[in-house]
Amino acid sequence: MHELAVTESILNIAVRHATQANAVRVTSVHLVIGQLSSIVDDSVQFYWDMISAETICASAQLHFERRPATLQCLECDRTYALDGELTDCPNCHSARIKVVSGEEFYLESIEVEAENPT
Amino acid sequence: MNTRVKVVEKILSANDRLAEQNRARLDQHGVFGLNIMAAPGAGKTSTILRTIEALSPQITIGVVEGDTAAVTIDADKVIAAGMPAVQINTGGECHLDAVMLSGALPQLPLDQIDLLIVENVGNLICPAAFSLGTHANVLISSVAEGDDKPYKYPNIYRGIDALIINKIDLLPYVEYDLDYFKRGVELLNPGVVTFPISCRTGEGVDVWVQWLLGKMGRRE
Repeated sequence: MHELAVTESILNIAVRHATQANAVRVTSVHLVIGQLSSIVDDSVQFYWDMISAETICASAQLHFERRPATLQCLECDRTYALDGELTDCPNCHSARIKVVSGEEFYLESIEVEAENPT
Repeated sequence: MNTRVKVVEKILSANDRLAEQNRARLDQHGVFGLNIMAAPGAGKTSTILRTIEALSPQITIGVVEGDTAAVTIDADKVIAAGMPAVQINTGGECHLDAVMLSGALPQLPLDQIDLLIVENVGNLICPAAFSLGTHANVLISSVAEGDDKPYKYPNIYRGIDALIINKIDLLPYVEYDLDYFKRGVELLNPGVVTFPISCRTGEGVDVWVQWLLGKMGRRE
């Protein structure tokens, strides 16, 4: 989809937090992405290498932690994992289900060098 | 010395903040904002024109047209229908975001407008991820696209407040299982209000417009 816009947002957040922490360099960026949030890791890494080059985040490594999708039936409360195609409740076959997890789309943490290595 | 800095910030939080500002600006001018999303050819502009026809002249409608190319075909149709329109040319970008909308708002006479309709870029994937600050998000799915779309493009169905099924006049001529379609919608957005319409014949448009008027009246 729109990986460039997403990558720019990641860079802005990482630079802001690194600056606040008085970091001189960001070495890694940890992202948490739910199964229901569509994003192509390779594309983000590609854009990242390009747009971070002149910043405090240059050559920082991106880490993608994927979270599986979990659904809950609104009728019988059964919780189940999304496995491939979207299905109704395996217990009571109701279609009234809600997403419990899998929509995560956030920057969890960054690793930084606080001072210039000597 | 490496240290870990906890961040925990939504990746699109900057867009979300700007969307909130858009919402505040609309509220300040007493404008109800409606974001219309759909695939190309589903009938976004046709639905907007039918809505204008049903509501004018009592309600003044401003339209923001999201396009990926510098063609003003859609905006021209709205202006011909007597309503103000501005075009956002995204320059190839696959969706509208809150920044683009905030740039378009000053180009419309917000004090004279009751309803702002934003026609998003024709796309079933990307617009779902970017809030604009509108008060309601509506998806149009047309019969001609097929009955499997909720299963293939689930994310866009999750975040909507209403669903319009357009081109129902084609139902006798195409293979389309309305129950299968609705089952998919129910899995993604239980209880979402659905309006079967035909922009060609005008069928069902009155029910859609009544819902919209209700939403506008309930807004505070």
